[in-house]
Amino acid sequence: MSASADVAPLPEVSTATQRRERPAGTLGRRRERLAWLLVLPSLLVVLLVALYPLIQTFRLSFTNTRLASARTPRVVGFDNYVDLLREDAFRSTLWHTVVFTVSSVFFETILGLAIALVIHSNFRGRGGVRTAMLVPWAIPTVVSASMWQWMYHDVFGVVNDILVNRLHILDQKVAWLANPATALPAIIAVDVWKTTPFMALLLLAGLQLISTDIYEASLVDGANRVQQFFQITLPLLRPALLVALIFRTLDAFRVFDVIYVMKQFAPETMTVAVYARQQLIDLAKLGRGSAAAVIIFLCIFVFVVLYTRLIKVEEM
Amino acid sequence: MASTAATARTTRAAKGLETIAAPRRRPPISKIVGRILFWLLILFILFYTLFPFYWAIVSSLTFDSQLFNTPASYWPSQIDWSHYAYVLRNDDFLKALRNSVVVSVGTVAIALLLGSLAAFALGRIQFRGRTAILYIILSMTMFPGVAILGSLFLMIRGEWFLHTPNLYNTRIALIVTYLIFTLPFTIWVMTQFFKAMPGELEEAALVDGAGYMRVFWQILLPLAAPGLVTTGLLAFIAAWNEFLFALTFTNNYDARTVQVAISQFSGRTQYELPYANRMAASVLVTLPLIALVLIFQRKILAGLTAGAVKG
Repeated sequence: MSASADVAPLPEVSTATQRRERPAGTLGRRRERLAWLLVLPSLLVVLLVALYPLIQTFRLSFTNTRLASARTPRVVGFDNYVDLLREDAFRSTLWHTVVFTVSSVFFETILGLAIALVIHSNFRGRGGVRTAMLVPWAIPTVVSASMWQWMYHDVFGVVNDILVNRLHILDQKVAWLANPATALPAIIAVDVWKTTPFMALLLLAGLQLISTDIYEASLVDGANRVQQFFQITLPLLRPALLVALIFRTLDAFRVFDVIYVMKQFAPETMTVAVYARQQLIDLAKLGRGSAAAVIIFLCIFVFVVLYTRLIKVEEM
Repeated sequence: MASTAATARTTRAAKGLETIAAPRRRPPISKIVGRILFWLLILFILFYTLFPFYWAIVSSLTFDSQLFNTPASYWPSQIDWSHYAYVLRNDDFLKALRNSVVVSVGTVAIALLLGSLAAFALGRIQFRGRTAILYIILSMTMFPGVAILGSLFLMIRGEWFLHTPNLYNTRIALIVTYLIFTLPFTIWVMTQFFKAMPGELEEAALVDGAGYMRVFWQILLPLAAPGLVTTGLLAFIAAWNEFLFALTFTNNYDARTVQVAISQFSGRTQYELPYANRMAASVLVTLPLIALVLIFQRKILAGLTAGAVKG
């Protein structure tokens, strides 16, 4: 299964396999050298700006290095990790990250699936609705965070205006972001708004791959709509659903922008990425911050391994 | 909501089956109700996706005195351009806008150049190590930026084993670090574009004695132009929207990008609430993106599902 199957159908007989069968002569070796030459600049960039700093982050996480400090750093073993995991403040950032990730991915999937199913049916103006879905996706996270910050304003915000003055759902206005109990859910709602369309579009692409014949056949067999959804749509949508889920999980787990713009370093909404940035740069504790960064990396690494297994590079 | 789509599909399917088996006919009244509910649903979806941006536009065009009226008015009675005038006369914002353009265009240009060369090798040439490289590239597309924030910060300031100049607060630092998310994505999607082209193309040219690089420049690259446009656009959007690196590696408007500028936007005086100006600035940096997305929506949809990568 490949995420690209629906866009770029691979040719039946790939030239690559034809070539592999050829005996490797001088031509083959020259071709191989050319391939490496072409890949080299990109590999160097990846090595320099991603792999090397990553290794450095691991190394720093075992030291007590501080930014711009005259003190010579010392190797402290796992002290940073032990300190972090013992600290309530860090544990609560982990908890916020998990809450953020699980609830935003959950709501995005449900809403995204619902929207995808609605758009999938034939109606006039379908293209227009699909285009509209791209708007929240295209809006920069910083912009969407400031937009919603204004919408959530406790006195003049439009959210309170709709809920209190128009729909009369609430009796009095709520300070959505200032109240520690509602701040994280309010931010999750912003993330859900911003990424649901992306989810819906990915799932829509998956739905369009399902042949209508199957539905017609099931109709002959007397299946009702609920049965059709759970026994045809959902199982056949599974590959697209999985890819979308994993991508969103990875993205949500490292969330920084929306939290930082709306609440900066407030403890009630701080996630691991925000915590890491505060330790690394604002508090100049490179060692400790790197340990927090490594923890995020390791969590994401597990998902990446899962993902690369799912889409099978060899088939490309 | 799921059943609405299923309804539409069932009725569509039923029409096709009419000649074979007589389907249950529903009374027309329920059909009309179903139609109305369906359109209400569509309206609700449109409201949900579009209202926040609409509200940003309305707020940016409202007089400060009316902005803080309760209850709010959902349609501006008079249009006030002063917030846009303020933003566009603001030197810091203009500098940030220029920085964003330079950084995004620079990153995209380098990513497309290096990326399409690598993708050509990965998509058209079978060689040892190809799969390993593809794996590395793919895992890079999911790299959390914060995991390397601290060490990149040191490298940018020249505090690592190589003697490099201090690039802190320069656009070059941003262009280079933005390659982390634009380059692997470009390689990944372009590899698929090259891969999908028929093999006879270059076989014929190679038999004619043209070298691999000539085949690349003169035959494959022109054919890959649509792919370059798509990946370039998606990479541009990702670079334009980036925040964490821009926030961390800059400290004034010599290199600050618009995203950082917006997050730090304040009022003309410390007593003024900055919302309307902030909304005007937000609308200004978002409109070009929305225009691009609307113009190239087909390509973007294809690219999104191909890469399934957000940035």
